[in-house]
Amino acid sequence: MEVTQVLLNAQSIDGAVRNNAEESLKQFQEQNLPGFLLVLSGELVNEEKPVETRKLAGLILKNALDAKDQQRKVELVQRWLLLDGNAKSQIKSGLLKTLSSPVSDARSTASQVVAKVAGIELPHKQWPELVVSLLSNVHQLPAHAKQATLETLGYLCEEVSPDVIDQDQVNKILTAVVQGMSASEGNIDVRLAATRALYNALGFAQANFSNDMERDYLMRVVCEATQSPDVRVRQAAFECLVSISSTYYEKLAPYIQDIFNITAKAVREDEEPVALQAVEFWSSICDEEIDILEEYGGDFTGDSNIPCFYFIKQAIPALVPMLLETLLKQEEDQDQDEGAWNIAMAGGTCLGLVARTVGDDIVPLVVPFIEENITKPDWRQREAATYAFGSILEGPSPEKLIPLVNVALTFMLTALTKDPNSHVKDTTAWTLGRIFEFLHGSAVDTPIITQANCQQIITVLLHSMKDTPNVAEKACGALYFLAQGYEEVGPSSPLTPFFQEIVQSLLTVTHREDARESRLRTAAYETLNEVARCSTEETAPLVLQLVPVIIMELHNTLEGQKLSSDEKEKQGELQGLLCGCLQVIIQKLGSSESTKHVFMQYADQIMGLFLKVFACRSATVHEEAMLAIGALAYATGPDFAKYMPEFYRYLEMGLQNFEEYQVCAVTVGVVGDICRALEEKIVPYCDGIMTHLLKNLSSNQLHRSVKPPIFSCFGDIALAVGEYFEKYLMWAMSALQSAAELSTHTAGDDELIEYINTLRNGILEAYSGIFQGFKNSPKTQLLIPYAPHILQFLDGIYMEKDMDDVVMKAAIGVLGDLADTLGSHAGSLIQQSVSSKDFLNECLSSEDLMIKESAEWAKLAITRAISV
Amino acid sequence: MAPHDLRRPFKRAAISDQQKRRELSLLRQAQNRRNAQHQARCLASSILSLQSSAPESEPEQSDIEIETVPETEHESEAFSKDPDVRRASTLRGPEARKWFAKQLMLPEWMIDVPDRLSQDWYVLARPAGKRCFVVSSNGTTVSRQRNGSILHYFPSALPAGAKTRDGSGSAQSYCILDCIFHESDQTYYVIDTVCWNGYSLYDCTAEFRFYWLNSKLEESGACNAPSHYHKFRFSAVPVYNCDQSGLYAAYTGAVPYVKDGLLFYNKHAHYQTGNTPLVLVWKDENCSQYVIDTDGKGEIPSQQQLVLELQDDRKLVTSDDPPVLFGCLDGDIIEKSGIQSGNLLRFAIGDGGLSFVDGKLEKADLVYLGKSNRARVFADSYSKVIFQFMVRHSPLKMDDLLASINSPDDQEKIPSDIEMVG
Repeated sequence: MEVTQVLLNAQSIDGAVRNNAEESLKQFQEQNLPGFLLVLSGELVNEEKPVETRKLAGLILKNALDAKDQQRKVELVQRWLLLDGNAKSQIKSGLLKTLSSPVSDARSTASQVVAKVAGIELPHKQWPELVVSLLSNVHQLPAHAKQATLETLGYLCEEVSPDVIDQDQVNKILTAVVQGMSASEGNIDVRLAATRALYNALGFAQANFSNDMERDYLMRVVCEATQSPDVRVRQAAFECLVSISSTYYEKLAPYIQDIFNITAKAVREDEEPVALQAVEFWSSICDEEIDILEEYGGDFTGDSNIPCFYFIKQAIPALVPMLLETLLKQEEDQDQDEGAWNIAMAGGTCLGLVARTVGDDIVPLVVPFIEENITKPDWRQREAATYAFGSILEGPSPEKLIPLVNVALTFMLTALTKDPNSHVKDTTAWTLGRIFEFLHGSAVDTPIITQANCQQIITVLLHSMKDTPNVAEKACGALYFLAQGYEEVGPSSPLTPFFQEIVQSLLTVTHREDARESRLRTAAYETLNEVARCSTEETAPLVLQLVPVIIMELHNTLEGQKLSSDEKEKQGELQGLLCGCLQVIIQKLGSSESTKHVFMQYADQIMGLFLKVFACRSATVHEEAMLAIGALAYATGPDFAKYMPEFYRYLEMGLQNFEEYQVCAVTVGVVGDICRALEEKIVPYCDGIMTHLLKNLSSNQLHRSVKPPIFSCFGDIALAVGEYFEKYLMWAMSALQSAAELSTHTAGDDELIEYINTLRNGILEAYSGIFQGFKNSPKTQLLIPYAPHILQFLDGIYMEKDMDDVVMKAAIGVLGDLADTLGSHAGSLIQQSVSSKDFLNECLSSEDLMIKESAEWAKLAITRAISV
Repeated sequence: MAPHDLRRPFKRAAISDQQKRRELSLLRQAQNRRNAQHQARCLASSILSLQSSAPESEPEQSDIEIETVPETEHESEAFSKDPDVRRASTLRGPEARKWFAKQLMLPEWMIDVPDRLSQDWYVLARPAGKRCFVVSSNGTTVSRQRNGSILHYFPSALPAGAKTRDGSGSAQSYCILDCIFHESDQTYYVIDTVCWNGYSLYDCTAEFRFYWLNSKLEESGACNAPSHYHKFRFSAVPVYNCDQSGLYAAYTGAVPYVKDGLLFYNKHAHYQTGNTPLVLVWKDENCSQYVIDTDGKGEIPSQQQLVLELQDDRKLVTSDDPPVLFGCLDGDIIEKSGIQSGNLLRFAIGDGGLSFVDGKLEKADLVYLGKSNRARVFADSYSKVIFQFMVRHSPLKMDDLLASINSPDDQEKIPSDIEMVG
C-alpha cells in the first residue's frame, strides 16, 4: 500500500475518495496491526513526506492507543501490550526521533503519541529508560527540539499518575522544566513549553513542595514567569499559580503577599486572558477556605486536617476594592451570550465566593460602592452596584443583611420595572432571586416579604416575565425562590391569592415565541414545579386544574410528524419539561388521600401519554417520564398492574441504557416503586428484570453509581415476591457475595469511602429484603448456607470502623432479619459473630434513634434465635 | 496543551430543578423502602423501645403487653393463643396490618341513636386525616399509622418526646396518644389518650381520659407552635357533653380543621382496642366530604358495595364479633372463581336491598362482584353496611339526633314504666 497517497486521499474534499481511503486504512489495521503501526510511525518520522500525511499518520497512531470509550480503551491497551516487542521498539525510536524534526507539526504530534505510549507502558514497568533518554542531552539540544522534549514531558505528566514515576525521575523532570522556564532561557517557545509542562508536573512535586528551598525556588520561577514579555507565558504561569493554590494551599503563607501584588497588577493592567487567571487564583483560594471552614463548622474532630490560614480575611481590604473595579468592565451583550466569560463576570463571581468565605466582614467594604454607583446615569455603574449587592447575599448573616435588603427592596422593584437598560434589569431580577433564596423562608426570623409588599413583588415579577428572555428568565428564578420560601408555611400560604395568576403567567411564558432563548422555557416550568410543590390544601384544586392543561401540552408534542433533527431535539426537551412537571404534580397530589382520589381519574390518560413519549423516542427512554412513572406507580398501587404489559418494554430499555446511566439508575429506582405497588403481581416480569439487573452488575461499562441501587432493588423484588425469589437466589447471592467482599475493606479518598458505603447499604438492603421475603416460608432453609458469609461481612465492615450511620442501621437490621428468619438454625453462628456482641452493643447505645430502633429489633430476634 | 477553561457558573442556581426532582424521588423511594421493611419487622420494635425506655415501670409495661396479644378469633394459624409479644414480630403484610388495626379503638357506625345520649355521651367533631398512634419515649416521638408504617419521626414537647437541653426526656416516662394527623395545617389532633407520662389510661373512663388530656396536653407545651424541639403542633379536639348545645357546637362550630363526621364517646367506656359500640361515628353531608363510600376510582357506585368474609360453610359474614350472617354464596361461584374460605369478597346490594324483621337483618340481595382489594384486612362491619344502606335510603339525620335529646321525658319514662309494671 502506498500509504502517503492513502493518507492524502483520507483528507480529500471528495467524499468518495475519502471514504475509500478510510476503508483501506481500516482494513490494513485489522489485517496487520504491527505492520500498520510501523508504517504510520515510518511516515511520521520521514522528513521527506508532506506535513499533512505525517500529522495524520501520528493522529491515527494516537487513536490506536487511546479512546474516550472506557471499554475500547482497555482493548487498545491490551493490544499494544501484546504487540511484538521489535515492532514496538522500532515505533518508539521513530517517535523519539521525530521530536527533533524541524517540522513543528510533526514534533508536536509525536510528543503526544510518546505520552500515550508512556501512559500504557510505564504503569507496567516498561520503557523505564524513557525519562532519562528524553533528558539525557536536553541542554545541548537546539531550541526546537528542547521545546518538543519539554512538551512531551508535559503530556507525559498529564497521562500517567504520580506513583508511576519515582522521585529521582521526578526531580530530573522538574529540574529540566524549571530551567526551561527561567529567564536565562532565551527562546520564548521553550519557556512557554516549560511553563505549560510545569502545570502538569505540579501533581508530581509533593516532595519538592515540602522542601523549603526547592519550594522557594519553584515559586520564584513561577512568579517570574508571570512577568514574562510573552502573554502566553504569563497566562500559563498564572495557571500554575491557580493549580498551586488548590494543590499546595497549606504551603502558600510565605508567598501570599507577593502573589497578591502580582495578581492585583495583572487584574488591573494585563490582557484579559491573564487577568482572568489572576482572578481565578483568588476564587480558588476561596474554594479551599470555604471547604476547610465547612469542615470546621461540621464537626471539630481535631483530625490532622489542613488548617485555615484565613488568606481571604487578611486580603479583603485590598482584594475587595480590586474586585469591585472589575465589575465596571462589563461587555454590552454578555447576558444574551451563553458562552460569555469576561473579567467583570469573573470578578463578580469571586466577590460572591469572598462573601461566602468571610461572611459579615465583607458588608462594610461593599456597601459604599453600592451607594455610590446605584443611581448613576451610566448603566455600567448601576449594574455593577446591583451585581455587587447580589454577590454578597450569601455568606453574611441575615442580621447584617436584612436592614440593607429592607432599604433596597423597593428600589430594586422600581429598577426592575423602570430601568432603561436590560442588563441592569437582568442583574436586578437575579439579585431579587438571591434575596429570596437566602433571606426569605421559615429559617429567617424577620420576614422581608410582608403583607404590605407581597402583592407588589409578585406584580413586578409577573410583569418582568414579559421582558426580554434573559430578564424574564431571572424573574422566573426569583419567583422560584419566593415560592420555595413558603414551602413550610402551613395551610394558608400568602401566595394563595396570587396562585392562579402566577400559574397563568408561567404558562404564558412557556408559550412565548422566544421561550427557547436564555433557557426561559425551562426556567418557567421549573418555577411552575416549585409553585406546585409549595401548594397547600387551599390551592390543591388549582393544581388539579393544571393537570389537564399539562396533559394537553404533552399531547400536542406528540402530534407533529416527520420532524427534522432540530425539531426532534426541541420536542424531546419540551417533553422532558412536561413529564417533569407531571412528576411533581403526581407526587404532590398523590401524597394526600383526598387529592389523590380526584387525581387518579387522569392516571390512564397520563400513563398513555408517557408510553407515547417513549414510543416516539424509539431508542432511548426519557428519564423524566420514567421518574414520573415511578411516582404514578406509588400513587396507583396494585392497579398499576394494568399498565405493565405495555410499559414493560420501556422498563427493559431503561435498564439497558448504559450510556445515559442516569436513565438506568432512575429506571432501577422505578422497578423498586413498582415492586412495592404490585407486590406479587410483579412475578410475571421478574425473569426479565432480574436478567437485566444481573447483566448490568457484571458489566464494566455501566457507571458504578448504578450498582448500589441495583442491589437495593434485589431486596425490593425479594420482599415483593417472597419465596418465589428462590429462582434467582443463587445468582443474586453470588453477585452480592462478591460485591460484599470488595466493599469490606476501603482504602482511598473520601469519595471512594462514600461510594463504598453506598455500595454496602445496597448490599445490606438486598439481604434484608431477601430474609424478610423468605420469612415464614417453608423454603427458609435455602438461606442457611449463606448465613456464614453474611455474618462475616457484617463483622468485616464493623471492624473496618468507617461505616456511616445509614450503613450502621442497615447492617444491624440485617443481623436482626437473619436471626429472625433463620431462628435457631443460625443461633450458634450468630453467637460466634462479633456483630452480635460488640457491634450490637454499640448500636444499642447509639445516639441515632433509627440505629437504636433497628438494634433493639435485632437484639430481640437474636434472643429468640438463641433461646429456642 | 491549550489554556484551561476556567469559566464558573454565572447567575445560576447551584442545583438544577431536575436534580431536585431526582433527589426528591430518591428520597420518596428510600422512605417507602424503609416503610416496607418496617411493616415486615412489625411494630415489635416500637413496643420494645417502650419497654426499654420504661424499665422501672412494670405496671405500664404489662399494660402494653396485654395490648399486644393478638386476638385469636377468626384468624389463621399465624396467630396463636400464646400471649407473647414476640409473636407479633413475625407478622408480615396483611397479618401485620390486622395486628396494628387492633391496637386502636375503632368506632362502630351509628345506626340508631343510643339511649341517654345527652347524659352518658360526649360528642366531638372528628378531624379528617390519618389516624395514628403517637408514641413519645426516650427523647423522640414516633407516629405510626394503622398499617404500622411510620408517618413521622420527630421531636415533640410531649413528655419524653424530645432530647432537650434540660434533660426533661426522662427515661421512665412515655406517652401514647390516639391522634389524627391533619395534613393541611400539619397538626396532630389528639382524640384520645392511652398513656400519659408513664401513667396508663387504658383502664380509665373516657370522662377521666378527656379530663386528663385537656389538663396535661396544654401544660406540656405540645400545643405550642412548632420549633426546633417540637416539630409538629398538637391540639386537643373540643369535646362537648352531648346535649343540645354540645351537639350543635360540634356539628356547626368552626374548627381549624376539616371535619369528617362526629364521634360519640360513652363517658364510662374504657379504652378498648378494636371495634366497640361504646364509640360511634356518624356523618352527613354537612360535616363530612365522604358520606357515601366511593369505589377504587373515587366515584360513587350506583349500587352500594360491601366486603364480606367467606366462611367454610359458604356463609358470608361481617367482621363483627360475633359475625353477622348476610347470606350464603352459590357453590357455582366458588367453583368458577377459585375462591376459598377466608377470602374477602366484594358484593353489590341489588335492587332487593336489605330486609329487616324486628330490627334484625333478615335478607340481603347480594350480587357477587369479585375478590376485594388485597390491601383489605377485614370484612366490613355490620354497622358500617347498615349505615351506608341508610345513607342511601333513609339516613339518620341530625334532626333525629336532636329529637332524641329534646325528649328527655321519654328516657325518664322508661324506668318508670318498668316500675309501673312491677
